[in-house]
Parts: sequence; C-alpha cells; structure tokens
Amino acid sequence: MDFLNAIALFCNFVLVPATAYGAQLALGALGITVIYSILRFANFAHGELMSWGAMLTLFLTWYLQSAGIHAGPLPTALLALPVGILGTIAMALATERIVYRFYRKQRASSITFAIVSVGVMFVMAGLIRFMIGPGEQVMTDGHRFLIRAVEFKHMTGLDEGFAIKTTQVITIAVAMVMTGFLFWFLYRTRSGKAMRAFSDNEDLALLSGINPDRIVAIAWILAAILATVSGTLYGLDKSYKPFVFMQLLLPIFAAAIVGGIGQPVGAILGGFVIAYSEVLLTYAYRKFLAYLVPGDWVPEGLLQLLSTDYKFAVSFIILVVVLLIRPTGIIRGKLL
Amino acid sequence: MMKKLIYSVIAIALSGSVASANNVKIGILMGFTGPIESLAPDIAAGGELAISEVSDSGMLLGGHSVEAIRGDGTCVDAAAATAAAERLITSDGVAAINGANCSGVTTAVLNNVAIPNGIVMISPSATTPALSTAEDNGLFFRTAPSDARQGQVMAGVLGNRGIKSVAVTYTNNDYGKGLADSFQSAYSAAGGEITASVSHEDGKADYSAEVATLASAGGEVLVVIGYLDQGGKGIIQASLDNGAFSVFMLPDGMIGESLTDAFGADINGSFGTRPGTDSPGATMLSELAGSSFNASGPFVAEAYDASALILLAMQSAGSANSADFKNHVEKVANAPGEKIYPGELAKALEIIAGGGDVDYVGASAVELIGPGESSGSYFEMEVKNGKFEQVANH
Repeated sequence: MDFLNAIALFCNFVLVPATAYGAQLALGALGITVIYSILRFANFAHGELMSWGAMLTLFLTWYLQSAGIHAGPLPTALLALPVGILGTIAMALATERIVYRFYRKQRASSITFAIVSVGVMFVMAGLIRFMIGPGEQVMTDGHRFLIRAVEFKHMTGLDEGFAIKTTQVITIAVAMVMTGFLFWFLYRTRSGKAMRAFSDNEDLALLSGINPDRIVAIAWILAAILATVSGTLYGLDKSYKPFVFMQLLLPIFAAAIVGGIGQPVGAILGGFVIAYSEVLLTYAYRKFLAYLVPGDWVPEGLLQLLSTDYKFAVSFIILVVVLLIRPTGIIRGKLL
Repeated sequence: MMKKLIYSVIAIALSGSVASANNVKIGILMGFTGPIESLAPDIAAGGELAISEVSDSGMLLGGHSVEAIRGDGTCVDAAAATAAAERLITSDGVAAINGANCSGVTTAVLNNVAIPNGIVMISPSATTPALSTAEDNGLFFRTAPSDARQGQVMAGVLGNRGIKSVAVTYTNNDYGKGLADSFQSAYSAAGGEITASVSHEDGKADYSAEVATLASAGGEVLVVIGYLDQGGKGIIQASLDNGAFSVFMLPDGMIGESLTDAFGADINGSFGTRPGTDSPGATMLSELAGSSFNASGPFVAEAYDASALILLAMQSAGSANSADFKNHVEKVANAPGEKIYPGELAKALEIIAGGGDVDYVGASAVELIGPGESSGSYFEMEVKNGKFEQVANH
C-alpha cells in the first residue's frame, strides 16, 4: 500500500507534469531545429512566434465561445487552432519576406541572422502586448480533469491523490500527432526529401534543381505550425501570459542543443531530458521516501537538491555541460 | 446622493478648468497597473471621496478647494512609481501624497521623493514592518497597520481553529518576506509547526514545482502570502489541480473578488485576515459611497482615512505646507476630541476652525501608534459558497 502511495505521489507531482512539459518543450525545440537546419541560425524569435500563435488561437477561441460554439469536453481552443496556425504562417512568411530575405540575399553570417531574429523577437513581443495586453489569460474550458485527485483517492483507497488534467493528455496526444506528421513529411514527401537534401548539402541541392526560396518558405511554414501548436498547448496546460515565452526560450534552446541541433529526433529527446531534469532536480523527495522507508529513517529536511527558484538554472547547467562534453548533442547534430 | 454626485462632478470639472491660488492638490499614488490593478480603482475612489467631501464643504483653510491628482504607483516598479511621484510634486504641485500601495514602492517613493521634497505621505496599504523604523523626518504615516501585527493575528486565527501545522509560501518581495517572517515567528512561538517555507516569483505561468515542494512537506493548511492577481493565484490553482492542498490561509493581499470569481466554491473553507473593523465607520463609508464603488474592498477605508487625515491636519495647522502640518496628523487622529466618522469631515473642519479638538475615527477606526502607523484591527474572512464573508474581528 505504501509502495502504491509512493508511486501515485510520484506520478502526480513528477511524472505526469514533467511529461506534458517535455512534450511542450519538444515541439518548441523542433521548431528551432527546423529553422536551424535550413537557414543555419538560432531563431530567438521562436518564443514570440509561439506566443503569437497562441494569441491568435485565443482570440478565435473567444469568438467561438461568444458564438456559443464549444468542443464538448475538449477545450474550444482546439477548434480555433487551425486558423491560429494559418495566421501564424502568414506572420512567419511576412517576417521572412520583409526581414530575413534581405539578409539571405546578402549571404549574411549566422551571427547576423541570430541578432536580426532578436530584433524580430522584440517587435513581435511589442505587437503582442499591443493586441492582447500583458495580463494573464485563461485559455482552457471544457472538462478540466480526466481524473480528479479526490476521485482517485476514493476510487483506489490510497492516501495520495493522482490528478490527470485534460490538457495534459491533449498535450501529449497532439505532440505525438505533430511529431508523426513532421517525420512523415520529412521522410515520405518530395518536399520533405528536398528539405533534407538542402539541409545536408546546400550546393548539391541547388545543383539538382531544388528551389531555395521554396525550401525556406516550407521551413517557415513548419516552424509556424509547430510554434502555434506548442504555444497553444503550453497556454492550455498552464496559462497564457505574454511574458513567459521569453523565459521559455532558454529551456527550448537547451532542449534543441542537448538533443543535437538540426536533428528532429534529438529535439524531442532533448525536450524530455530538460523537462525531467528540471522537475526531478527541484522536487522535494521527503514524502516520497517516507512511504518507502521505516518512519525513523525519514530525515528532517525536504530532500530537495535545488530550490524551485533554480528551475531555469537546471537547463542552463545542462546546456553548459553538454557544450563542454559533447558539443554535438546526444544525437550527433551540427556544431553551433 | 445623486445631488451630491452631481455637485462633486461639477466641482471637479470647475477645479480642473479654473486654476486658483485657493486650490490644494493631493496626489493619489495607487497601483493602477500591476499586480493589484483590480484593487486600486476602489482604493483610489475611497481616497478621492474624502477629498471631494472636504472640497464641497468649502471650509478647508477658509474656503480652499481640494483636487485629487492620480499617479500610477504600479505596486512593483519602483522606478516608475518614483517618476510618477516626482511628477505629482514638481509638475502638479501636490501638497501631500495619499499612497503608495505596495511596500517596496512606498519605501522607494518615501526615500527618493517624499523626504527630499519634504512632502507628507500617508500610505493606506503599505504594511511592511521595515517602514516602522524608516528614517522619515516625521513625514510618513500609514493608516494600515504593520505586518508584524497581521502576522500575530494570523497565528491567532490558526490557533483558534486548532490548526497545528502549516506550509507557507510567500511572494519574493518586501511585503511577502516581511509578513512571512512575522507570521512564522508568531506561529512558532504559539507552538505551531511550519513544515516548509517556500518563496515564489510573481509572473510565471506555472507553479506546480513550488506546490510539489510544499506538498512534500505537508501541513493541514497552505498559507499563501502573495497577490491575488499574480503568483498567489497560480499557487492556489496548482494546489487544487494536483490535490496538494484544499484549504488555504489568505492574508490581505489575497482577499478580493477576483480570487473567488476564479475559484468559487473550490476554495470553500479557506480563510484569511484583512485589515478592517466593524466600527460604525465602515458602514457609514459604504453608505456614503453608494453604488459608485465598492467601499468594503481591501484598503478602501484606509485610503479614505488617509485623505481625511491629511486634510484635517492641514486645517489644524492652518497651512497646506507639509512642514507645518506633519506634526498635526497624530493630533487629529487620536484622542482627545470629538469622534469623527466618514461623512462628518465638514463638522470636523468646523470644530478645528473653532479651536476645538477632534479624534478622527474614520472608516477604519484609525488610532496612530508608535512611528505614525495604525494600531490595526482585522477581519477574519472565510470563503463560504464561493464568496468571502466576514466571520470575526480581531
């Protein structure tokens, strides 16, 4: 019984939240990786692109809600998502046309591109604050829980509750669908193969008649789709707040680099590595241990390696360690 | 009431257009944007009600009108609040400031603006114990009590309810740290156990990690010392989501309608404390305010009293100069004298003009003690059927 309590406790506070968070990071890191492998720069504006997508989805959600359209037990935002994606694609293609194309024709270095993307990030962040304001917005509606903590206690007779939020399940399911779609696109379609060829060797790809403008446009479209989905999922699972997307950049970049930048599989792996490390290292294990060992073995302290204030430091430390020991990432990616 | 409203609107419109030498300006420096933006409009309205009441009476300093000028104290951005206060004093020429709201910015405005300019400042809501010992040249007062007092009251409430162990989380700033410290020392002294004390940063989207730590430590109740529109709300959301805690103790910064609007019956049984009193003053203020604003909200009565004290002290000193009237604030606030309640400011002005003494009781039963701060009386609040209700006084 105590063992089951420990498992329930661990699932409730570590496993489920970390898995959902990992899926959100993985989708974000995939977007970074797609842009990096085609355009060869670290796109700092990706966090704001996520925010932009989530914002458009939120606007449409409000419209649908006021029109009385709901998705039953699921959040209405899922209905609004496709249109949000279209709007974000328009935004991504517009920045490509107005800003990045100029530097692409100049064959600017990747550092120049990265700095330009910082500029795009600030402009986009300002635009978002103008449109929706800096406050917190609630995105989710429908049924909040699949299993409530109290119901779980009644059902199983355990002392520990175990809650699963609808949004956590949706996050993981949508992330799996999105990843499947991305891999199918990259490995099974003509355009996907052209993209991989372009990423492997730009000159050879150009020689074989691949149109670079088209490849770049597809990369931005993929990035916009991934950004909108990850931004919306993050907003659904937690809450939508324009300021947090800049804070999210660090773990997302850490995920992309730890996994191996330019490698889609690596981005997913990296997302989960970062998410589990953040949660596992800042979790206080006292109660967990109390179920497993005899009462007088339980120490006074909380058994917490790092205070939760240092959550972001975890991704930073992992990033530094990976760059020192294995700069190519877990799956051998391109050197930054 | 309607007539009064029309008069005050006309008075404000006129005073805006006609700049006269017989015009006293009072700065209303409240957190209109930021973590307490849902509370600030009512607080400011409370402060402005006393001002329009005095202005309408036409008895201040032999017929001066009074004008309220708003500034954004932001609650968290000390630089912005300092700039707003600087503008109020140098460009608008206010004679005194009613504000600021939050402890951090109040300290900054006091040190950087009020003291250098020699302007009296009365805060309706800054509650950090640190302000009790601030070097203020006698310019700073507050109609809200210090948190050292609220910490003791909170410990008392938990004791009365027979709660022996709690987990504490506090917002990582002057207010949160100050109140958490005073609460913890009072609660430990009373024999209570604090299982964990974890700080949280405002402005994050997710607080499940903080709640996981608190849940691991355990405790019958989670004491959330934070802001209801910010991290405090996030902590409660995360605790309810994963079933870590279902009963919360909520001090003043967490009590407001936006919290019960967000959680409703989910936080039934949660309880808290907020400054307030059931002296007749509070009801009189509510009647005076009518439907124009919520006079029973947090710190609204204190804001009314802060404005009233400034103006009565001016009358008592016979001058709108801070250096002259700063020594009269405690004199009008405390005994001896005729007790003055909200809506009786005209009477008070008349008594003072006639050489008499007043003991301003006001809406929050003000009694200034020690370094010019309210001795404080508190309501014990409890969430019943998704609404905050007053259940006791302390």
